Amino acid sequence: MTPLVRIQREDFDIGAEIAALTSGNPSIGAVVSFAGLCRDESGRLAALELEHYPGMAEAEIARVATETAERWPLAGLLAIHRFGLIKPGEQIVLVIAASSHRREAFEAADFLMDYLKTRAPFWKREHLADGTLGGWVEAKADDDDAAKRWEQTP
Amino acid sequence: MSMATADSASLKLVYFAWVRERVGLTEETVTPPAGTATIADLVRWLKTRGEGYELAFENEAIVRAAIDQTHAKPATAITGAREIAFFPPMTGG
Repeated sequence: MTPLVRIQREDFDIGAEIAALTSGNPSIGAVVSFAGLCRDESGRLAALELEHYPGMAEAEIARVATETAERWPLAGLLAIHRFGLIKPGEQIVLVIAASSHRREAFEAADFLMDYLKTRAPFWKREHLADGTLGGWVEAKADDDDAAKRWEQTP
Repeated sequence: MSMATADSASLKLVYFAWVRERVGLTEETVTPPAGTATIADLVRWLKTRGEGYELAFENEAIVRAAIDQTHAKPATAITGAREIAFFPPMTGG
């Protein structure tokens, strides 16, 4: 099973992606999807601008996805990450994991998201509601901790 | 293989997010001095090239690097590298 990775400016349709990933594979009994949306941070944000490293973004997410597929028995795995200007309420990232049983799909989606956050070369910059350009979003220690917990639990 | 000497002399550097803004360039081609063996050596040399570089690398522990689009550490050898990127900790997802 080769994971599917897409880096794109355009939005995505979660239902259509699930259908495409699962169609024609009746061994699938579980599909877990995670979508990350842009928050407005209590009205403070007008948008997030996502900068990425073309080429490495695809390559790095593919490396993490391949690791995910080696760790859990999956029937399908997809990751989509958008770049460009994204407004509150709009989708930024999508991960879909499909497997025979739910545990593998849940864990694989969780793992892929944790590692994608700390390893995929994307950077968010805030555009503020008052029309000014805000700062670069700082990386969270929580995200590093979330990724590290997978090193302990098999 | 006859191009190996010429290739090893020049190196493409690319910068992202606030590292890009501080350096003031998206990318550039450089010829690091002989003896520049690791990412840390390269950073040490870049910091001598002006205020923007000094500011970008003022906290060396924070800036991340990638060699030919693969994450690298300060001690990673840059031998044979074609493209080296510098960027802040990632905030995607």
